[in-house]
Amino acid sequence: MSFQGKKSIPRLTGDKLIIKGGKIVNDDQSFYADIFIEDGTIKQIGENLIVPSGVKTVDAYGHIVIPGGIDVNTSLQAQHMGMSPADDFYHGTRAALAGGTTMIIDHVVPEPGASLLAAFDQWRDVADKRSCCDYSLHIDITRWHEGMFEELETLVKDQGVNSFLVFMSYKDRFQSSDSQMYEIFGILRDLGAIAQVHAENGDIIDEEQKRLLDMGITGPEGHVLSHPEEVETEAVYRAITIAKQANCPLYITKVMSRPAADVIAKARKKGMVIYGEPIAASLGTDGSHYWSQNWAKAAAFVMSPPLSPDPATPDYLNSMLSCGDLQVTASAHCTFSTAQKAVGKDNFTLIPEGTNGIEERMSIVWDKAVASGKMDENEFVAVTSTNAAKIFNLYPRKGRIAVGSDADLVIWNTKETKTFSATSHNLTVEMNIFEDMECRGFPVVVISQGRIVLEDGKLDAMEGSGRFVPRKAFPDYVYKRIKARSRMAEARGVPRGNYDGPVHDVISMTKSVPPTPTTRGPSSSGKNTPGPARNLHQSGFTLSGTQMDDHIPRRTAQRIVAPPGGRSNITSLS
Amino acid sequence: RFKSDLRWIPHLTGEQLLIKGGRVVNDDQSFYADVYVEDGVIRQVGENLIVPGGVRVVEADGRMVIPGGIDTNTCLHKDYLGSLPVDDFFQGTKAALAGGTTMIIDHVTPQPGASLLHAFEQWQAAADRKCCCDYSLHVDIPQWDGGVKDELEVLVQEKGINSFQVYMAYKDLFQMTNSQLYEALSCLRDLGAVVLVHAENGDLVAQEQKKILSMGITGPEGHPLSHPEELEAEAVFRAITIGNQVNCPIYITRVMSKTAADTLAQARRKGCVVFGEPLTASLATDGSHYWSRNWAKAAAYVISPPLSPDPTTPQHLHTMLTCGDLQVVGSGHCAYSTAQKAIGKDNFTLIPEGTNGVEERMGFVWDRAVALGKMDENQFVAVTSTNAAKLFNLYPRKGRIAVGSDADIVIWDPDHVKTITAKLQQSALEYNIFEGMECRGVPVFVISQGRVVYEDGKLNVQQGTGRFIPRKPFPDHAYQRINTRNKLYVIYLYVYILGAQVDDNVPRRSGHRIVAPPGGRSNITSLG
Repeated sequence: MSFQGKKSIPRLTGDKLIIKGGKIVNDDQSFYADIFIEDGTIKQIGENLIVPSGVKTVDAYGHIVIPGGIDVNTSLQAQHMGMSPADDFYHGTRAALAGGTTMIIDHVVPEPGASLLAAFDQWRDVADKRSCCDYSLHIDITRWHEGMFEELETLVKDQGVNSFLVFMSYKDRFQSSDSQMYEIFGILRDLGAIAQVHAENGDIIDEEQKRLLDMGITGPEGHVLSHPEEVETEAVYRAITIAKQANCPLYITKVMSRPAADVIAKARKKGMVIYGEPIAASLGTDGSHYWSQNWAKAAAFVMSPPLSPDPATPDYLNSMLSCGDLQVTASAHCTFSTAQKAVGKDNFTLIPEGTNGIEERMSIVWDKAVASGKMDENEFVAVTSTNAAKIFNLYPRKGRIAVGSDADLVIWNTKETKTFSATSHNLTVEMNIFEDMECRGFPVVVISQGRIVLEDGKLDAMEGSGRFVPRKAFPDYVYKRIKARSRMAEARGVPRGNYDGPVHDVISMTKSVPPTPTTRGPSSSGKNTPGPARNLHQSGFTLSGTQMDDHIPRRTAQRIVAPPGGRSNITSLS
Repeated sequence: RFKSDLRWIPHLTGEQLLIKGGRVVNDDQSFYADVYVEDGVIRQVGENLIVPGGVRVVEADGRMVIPGGIDTNTCLHKDYLGSLPVDDFFQGTKAALAGGTTMIIDHVTPQPGASLLHAFEQWQAAADRKCCCDYSLHVDIPQWDGGVKDELEVLVQEKGINSFQVYMAYKDLFQMTNSQLYEALSCLRDLGAVVLVHAENGDLVAQEQKKILSMGITGPEGHPLSHPEELEAEAVFRAITIGNQVNCPIYITRVMSKTAADTLAQARRKGCVVFGEPLTASLATDGSHYWSRNWAKAAAYVISPPLSPDPTTPQHLHTMLTCGDLQVVGSGHCAYSTAQKAIGKDNFTLIPEGTNGVEERMGFVWDRAVALGKMDENQFVAVTSTNAAKLFNLYPRKGRIAVGSDADIVIWDPDHVKTITAKLQQSALEYNIFEGMECRGVPVFVISQGRVVYEDGKLNVQQGTGRFIPRKPFPDHAYQRINTRNKLYVIYLYVYILGAQVDDNVPRRSGHRIVAPPGGRSNITSLG
């Protein structure tokens, strides 16, 4: 019996577990049942299960059993000015497991101009060697050019990447213009991917940074002063406008402020396909620490968009998360040691950006939202795991406790509290932005790929055991509406007879004007060179909304691959 | 108070006028009084006035006596591919006067790369020759570079210009990037000017135009399809964000859609110093006509941002005007003949943009807002005249009936109904976008510079009588809050810095207090 398992998953041979007596909590319902796990997969759920002898029993009495958390925003490998983060894939995923997160989606950040595929390979290489839990990858588009289209297509169709991030900030480095974003969004929509956006107005930030440095403000408070909330809000609004125009699903990473969240909520109310991701830091703390007298502490909070100095922000974001206006929680974990941060000790713009949060994320949401009565346990599972799995097409393999799903489970203690501290966390950085925060709710047992990795407070993570989980394009959760709208959004011209009245003679007019060098283009057209004689019917290139019929071969195949309720949608790609 | 201005009006000397039996309506109150005018200036307001013998008496018969309208947005000299609009300063101001508007502020639109000063002088020369009513000028900044700054300073400090327009649309032509907007706004704030913004996301408009053309749509309906409301609302939002960041007053020209107006209103509620200007066209008609089968008709409506196809838009904008969320009514009058419009008969992006509206502006606000009971007569005066005068620093010379103010006065008949038609209009256009619409409320007498220029439906104007009205920077209405905030912001920074870093003595710290002194620059004195 154990032979079969040996072949496919050698590392996990014979790992059989039964979890007894816990309350299973999914995003839709809770019920009491036992869970039998074999070969890294959930095999049975129910009461009085018949299981082989010699199976290890895990006692979950009095606790809840939830799908392992999915942290959709980490940067464990991306370099900042030549510096690697203090927590790499090994330390980062260990900490993730310690906090109840059993899968991460990391950001691949290629150097501007470099090949996306090469960067992707590099990330996979490192992660396969180092990661202790399953992982997947987003790819950041750091500099757009037309030639990138093939790479994107390859990544989506052959490599299992269905989400790409565009920067509206980091002027002259990563920032994309509105036109570029429109083009990228159009392509991503055709490929069936999700556009993620780092939403901040890079132009304004750049100006503000210059101004503050001019005024002699060089400390970390300059960071938050140069990244005001409005700048985030404006970019969120613009990103939504562009996505709406391109009919592309949009995912805002790092929602840090109240007005930004409000803009997202409002757009959703208008029916736009858009998702918002607050992070552990914005849900758990605020930006008042930027004014700390302790430079190292203030610098530890530096990230973009910055934490809002408004102390009411965490509470507000937790409320929005509870009512469904925001959907996913992440950590944006990206840590640099104090010595690395100190590169910017005389100039806040040089401080490498990023905070911790991968380990604390789930507990913070429980404490701030569930323990405070804003949210129920099912919603908790939704925002920490299920929604992410649905949006990024991992569901129901991840994000659900069901027969056939991966055995990524967490037994969660809802009653007791735990205190975060740099002295006890599983990271390598010497600062923890949640220092001394007491949180109700923490994992007592964590099971990753059917193996117990945390028990009795002891972490037993295995370096390199994490698998890359490919994700298919066109996630239903996101794309059903987009597809329907592409069909609807066909604009039609008005059939009119030819206008046969007099036409003002432009050519002779411009000729009769004395030779002024300032010939003026048509006032509404971006491109004036072709002149009025252009034959418009010959243009073959179209970014228009209707792609229903131009990728038939893949489309039909995909429908079979992802049957409703089935698990089979991921296996074939790897 | 305005004595120095008399040198501007040599040809009006000696005109005396008594307006009897009217109800004077200002933006704050209405009262029955006679008005005595001499030398183009209001000399007395009250009952039983003592006036010289032989004065011409205008009987108001209990009708309203209101300050003449101010149209803050006209383009009477803006050429398109080398040809001028059919309504020049003469035709245009004639139409303005016939509609009860006694002052216009026209847009100077220099070519990208051309000298602003030069363009300004060109406009001023044309207007001085042709204008029949007082005028002033906004200057559009077609592109931002270092050299523009010096010209702006001259324009503000020597030429009497306090408002400049920047463009967020017209990609590769006038459009400015966010960084440029930031710089331009900072510079204009230091000069004390009001920044007018043409708010549309030009990048996306360009993309949509390409897309629509590639779909084979070439008619005027392609114009609204490629300029959806969202792009206007987005740009409004962005303009306000930048304005707020820089602490510069923002004036959104041409509020055409509900979403844009809502965005603006919301920002005002948060305390942003931002003003909004709907147009006659957006207040009286909608964008459904772009789908007309008659090409010439459809093309006549082409304007940017376009009229919203949503037919509830005019109502909504009137409501917002009434409650003060929008402040000023312009016309955006820019009249191109059908033949000129037909330059774009095979490509909607080449259709010159602009509609009429200077003559109909006051009437439609009365008809759609006051006659329906949304707005009262005082608010009517505010949105058609007084607010504009305050915002652009013309108040109380313009925009008010008071002793010392200019004698730009309209006697308004609120009940008379008139049907708009191209046949009876002053404009030279062959097509009027309000054709056939009935409008309640018309001017009976129009007095410009103390002279009756319109009575009994007849105009009696003279080319070149219009004077250029210079405007000083730092209008209180826009800048009082800005100046206070400048002070506060500096203090706010100090509190944090001093609190945070008492013990770290960087030498630069003490120096920069001088760079931006609390209390700001001193204000308005320099302009003559």
